[in-house]
Amino acid sequence: MTFRKMLLASVAIACAAIPASALADTSGKKIALSNNYAGNSWRQAMLTSWEKVTGEAVKAGVVAAADAFTTAENQATEQAAQIQNMILQGYDAIVLNAASPTALNGAVKEACDAGITVVSFDGIVTEPCAWRIAVDFKEMGRSQVEYLSKKLPNGGNLLEIRGLAGVFVDDEISAGIHEGVKQFPQFKIVGSVHGDWAQDVAQKAVAGVLPSLPEVIGVVTQGGDGYGAAQAIAAAKRPMPVIVMGNREDELKWWKEQKDANGYETMSVSIAPGVSTLAFWVAQQILDGKEVKKDLVVPFLRIDQDNLEQNLANTQAGGVANVEYTQADAIKVIESAK
Amino acid sequence: MRRTLSADAMRLAIPALSLTILLAAVFWLQPRAMSYVGLNLLFNLAVPIALATIAQMLIMSVNDLDLSMGTFVSFVACVTATFLREAPLVGMLILFGVVVVYAGLGVVIHLRNLPSIVVSLGMSFVWAGLAVLLLPAPGGQAPDWVRALMTMKPPVAPMAIVASILIAIVAHFVVMRSSLGVLIRGVGGNQRSVERAGWSVVGARAAAYGLAGVFAVLAGVALVGLTTSADANIALRYTLLSIAGVILGGGEFIGGRVSPIGAVIGALTLTLAGSFLSFLRISPDWQIGAQGAILIIVLALRLLLNRLEKREKRR
Repeated sequence: MTFRKMLLASVAIACAAIPASALADTSGKKIALSNNYAGNSWRQAMLTSWEKVTGEAVKAGVVAAADAFTTAENQATEQAAQIQNMILQGYDAIVLNAASPTALNGAVKEACDAGITVVSFDGIVTEPCAWRIAVDFKEMGRSQVEYLSKKLPNGGNLLEIRGLAGVFVDDEISAGIHEGVKQFPQFKIVGSVHGDWAQDVAQKAVAGVLPSLPEVIGVVTQGGDGYGAAQAIAAAKRPMPVIVMGNREDELKWWKEQKDANGYETMSVSIAPGVSTLAFWVAQQILDGKEVKKDLVVPFLRIDQDNLEQNLANTQAGGVANVEYTQADAIKVIESAK
Repeated sequence: MRRTLSADAMRLAIPALSLTILLAAVFWLQPRAMSYVGLNLLFNLAVPIALATIAQMLIMSVNDLDLSMGTFVSFVACVTATFLREAPLVGMLILFGVVVVYAGLGVVIHLRNLPSIVVSLGMSFVWAGLAVLLLPAPGGQAPDWVRALMTMKPPVAPMAIVASILIAIVAHFVVMRSSLGVLIRGVGGNQRSVERAGWSVVGARAAAYGLAGVFAVLAGVALVGLTTSADANIALRYTLLSIAGVILGGGEFIGGRVSPIGAVIGALTLTLAGSFLSFLRISPDWQIGAQGAILIIVLALRLLLNRLEKREKRR
């Protein structure tokens, strides 16, 4: 008798639980993050954002789980094995920052064949069955020159600081900058150095090239190099050009100091590490049955003169300015792609 | 006779046992893996590693070490994804040519009495450079027949298992049963007595390196078959993985003491260890250390076994 009562009770509980769990269509779904590298401040911020946003989403019952995995070494073969393990673990979607745009295609295809939604971001994959949330690096480069053209309508000489030679991102941003110069021919790039996205390298490189340059009115950058360039130019006792910053904390701090001291004006642009959370919400929307185009574009995070203080306050020391995306942001990005 | 046989069997027993225990643990953690598809997903990336391990084992059987394995496999992967698809004849010629280069390296190392570590380290830069020249940006595409071969679904057992068994059997016959294999291991065991017996040590070394080249080429081709395209840095990890696989499988750095079946098992164990740790949900920061711990445990078992073996002999 008691057993039957227990049975009845459990049926009642199950019935009561079903409507609650049907709150969102994805409440039973599990999403995994496959990440290939965690060794710099940008990636650390990316993982922290993921943890924060998905933790809340899991608590709210939007999804059942959102686990993050990082490979021990930044190697495509290892990440391919990691993706195959995720297939076995029964995840419904895999959010992927890939070690290689092509070397994971086999594993990604296996995941798709197993009915898993794969959303790649930042480090995207070329396999057609996966979604790509790409950064328009070209536009990032072009928009710098556009900003300068408004600020300095008469034009002049520019110094370009590039990233790490031979990396796809470096080529893209640089191509964008050169496109911008073509569009606004009053500017001329008189020098180009590699700053490797690191302040110390940039400082050394700029200090080395400065003596051979005519007067420079603007410095176009790729992020992580603006502060180093400013230090080198200040040390050479040259008039300070407009240096486009890259959202790093040290860059924003220097900008703030200059702004307070002499009203220095510039802008800062880079990719927010929180793009991982955008990818999470996109994956959730796809699981929810939304029709989503395979290629989406992430908006980049731009800081201007008036919202500098606010962004600086939100940025950790030694970190990168960040935004975490919400479900509504994801829906907006999906809709704008249609 | 019987005793040596049992010692050989014991040598294989430890790697086989560790693989079985790991496999049981994985099945327990993730019952989904206990299926045709599951086994294939667990082990398919082990196939190129097993081939590279056999290649490394051949080099280690003549007391040498190949530090260029990872870059060489990457280079072969790049050739496979470019030339072998667009111009199969040229691709075949290149792959045949690099096998000859490998055999030539064996000859040079022997004649000039050079340390293989230095030569292969130097060659690793050559292979890496050639790979970047071929594919400056990741890309290329696997030839259809390679892709079909690596994704085929044989009856009874999945491709990964069938391929591993096939590799083990072929390597076993070449290294343990053929007279060439005996000669190669003899060079590792006691080069001078092989020389005095009238054999050509240069020839044996060249053969060992050439065979290693063949297996390494197969590893690169198999890898591209799985990934569908290549990247100049795709297989850098294979250098250390292949050495670890040989040692895990009961081989030794010197003395021509190697075991092809053990090497394949070693490669499978290493692959499985990674999956096991990720199923356990160990934080990635600890995973390298945990992988090392598994290696150390297996090697400690080996040492224990060696000591027992010695004690047995003394009696």
